Amino acid sequence: MGLAPSLLHRRDAGHKLLVPYVTGGLGRDWIDSLEAVAAAGADAVEVGLPFSDPMMDGPVIQRASVEALASGATAQRIIAEVASADVSVPVAVMTYYNLVARMGHRRMAHLLAGAGVTGAIVPDLPLDELDGWAEEADSAGVATVLLAAPTTPPERLKLIVERARGFLYAVGSMGVTGERADLAASAAEIAGRCKAATDLPVLVGVGISTPAQAVEVCQVADGVVVGSALVRRLLDGCGPEGAADLVREFRVALDG
Amino acid sequence: MNAIGELMREPSASGRYGGFGGRFVPESLVPACEDLDRAFRLAWGDPTFRGELDRLLREYGGRPTPVFACRRLSERIGVRVLLKREDLNHTGSHKLNNVIGQALLAEAMGKTRLVAETGAGQHGVATATAAALFGMDCTIYMGATDIERQELNVFRMRLLGAEVLPVESGSRTLKDAVNEALRDWVGTVATTHYCIGSVMGPHPYPFIVRELQRIIGDEARQQCRDLLNADPDLVVACVGGGSNAAGTFAGFVDSGARLVGVEAAGGAAMSHGIAGIVHGMLSRFLQDENGQILEAHSISAGLDYPGVGPEHAYLGELGRAQYEQASDEEVLAAVELLAQTEGIIPALEPAHAVAWVVREAGRSIPRDSSVLITMSGRGDKDVALVMERLGK
Repeated sequence: MGLAPSLLHRRDAGHKLLVPYVTGGLGRDWIDSLEAVAAAGADAVEVGLPFSDPMMDGPVIQRASVEALASGATAQRIIAEVASADVSVPVAVMTYYNLVARMGHRRMAHLLAGAGVTGAIVPDLPLDELDGWAEEADSAGVATVLLAAPTTPPERLKLIVERARGFLYAVGSMGVTGERADLAASAAEIAGRCKAATDLPVLVGVGISTPAQAVEVCQVADGVVVGSALVRRLLDGCGPEGAADLVREFRVALDG
Repeated sequence: MNAIGELMREPSASGRYGGFGGRFVPESLVPACEDLDRAFRLAWGDPTFRGELDRLLREYGGRPTPVFACRRLSERIGVRVLLKREDLNHTGSHKLNNVIGQALLAEAMGKTRLVAETGAGQHGVATATAAALFGMDCTIYMGATDIERQELNVFRMRLLGAEVLPVESGSRTLKDAVNEALRDWVGTVATTHYCIGSVMGPHPYPFIVRELQRIIGDEARQQCRDLLNADPDLVVACVGGGSNAAGTFAGFVDSGARLVGVEAAGGAAMSHGIAGIVHGMLSRFLQDENGQILEAHSISAGLDYPGVGPEHAYLGELGRAQYEQASDEEVLAAVELLAQTEGIIPALEPAHAVAWVVREAGRSIPRDSSVLITMSGRGDKDVALVMERLGK
């Protein structure tokens, strides 16, 4: 099933959506982590294809990217590993546009589709530069998830919603990815604006660090993306089981 | 856009120079880039803004900078060398032209804080200077490697009241400082202006910085006419991101002069780079087959950058400008030569332009040609490094 239909099915059955993020190629057992996280209550999983210059990412994802690249991770290898992973929920990749452009739009779209990846998030490819990639992604059946930020004006949000596929990624906090002690006031506000603008699932990411924050923002949003909080534990050596434990904590809190 | 007379004027509405340029930033920054584009176009057409900028560049910066005809160097190498003395600007480099303009723009936009990246420290010092002049807060990101090799400039920035934050990620040089400055800006965009230091980054930055540096080429065109009764045969400038070259070329792009940008051999994005997208722009970057960005290596921190401004990529593709390289050894020799023939110690960055001219004089530069070189900065900051490398 595609990314949007799968998430809509879960949402319309009354669930809040949980999408954990794992940096591809981080540690030899990263596929075990991906499978464990997926089985621990995720509604979809995001796999980061690491880039040398991750402009949108804070220290945790930066460090994970450096470690993955140092151990020889490449987009091709990560995607091939995802293809053979035992994951029953949709997989989306998150990466930077240079990796996509270097491989070529069509080749990347087909590689993802062939591996069963149903979504792609490319944060440095905004609406205005989207056309070349989006056409290939659409025709290959890969949903291009777009970001909406607290600074996005209303007219622009309408255009973003028209082009968004899979789900709408509401940027909860102005800034780069990373954990925050408190949920930004902007999170509920942008989630509310997005919900009013689209029937696509609205997931809040950037700065969702704890199950309590996830519950709070899901009073408005359909779900959350949890990245740095999970990747920090993986960097600290929590292993697949530790990663799954954290995802279960979020799941229990959201289902509560 | 293709007619030579139209070159180095307006980019397309999406900020394209041919196929290069654009605005590849996270959604959070798109509105800020749009606001900046509007504010700059308004200011650039406003006689009051232009008058105030001219006044500051004159009374505070020391413009116009002279063009100096080098007698002894010219005799030595057999071509007629003229130097556009941007090293005589306040703070010692062409960077002031850009930061005074951007600080004035930031003030007009109601911003109270400047954030910038720096490599050699020249742009950092200039930004810290402008922040002090305008009474703004200032944070400078600088790679930890560069902090080690440019101690004096780090202290200068702090003396001027700026906060200097070391960047430990990646190659710990200019490229990583740009990443960190962009990350700062994503979180602080409401109050902060990102004062980018070169003709790079997302649209409208390459356009703004080139326009603010255009004064180099516009002045030099007239000064060359006064000295030579003609345009020079060649116009040469060093290229890291490429701001002093862009500003210089802008004054000569519609002349008959051969335009030459000189990159560091270890950071030659024009010669060895492949089209890619980093730091918000589509341009040429040193990268591997997977699209990972490679580290540049140069004795000069200011040219230690694996990319190049998008307009240079376009001028190179059209063949209107050519891009060459100089090695660290050639650059050190050029520093000595210029110091001892003309009494001018150049910064390592413009020494690349000098080094190329010295190498090519009588070869690809015919004897007795007139060559304008932009002396983009003075060498004080590099003296310790040069002393170490020359073993003297």
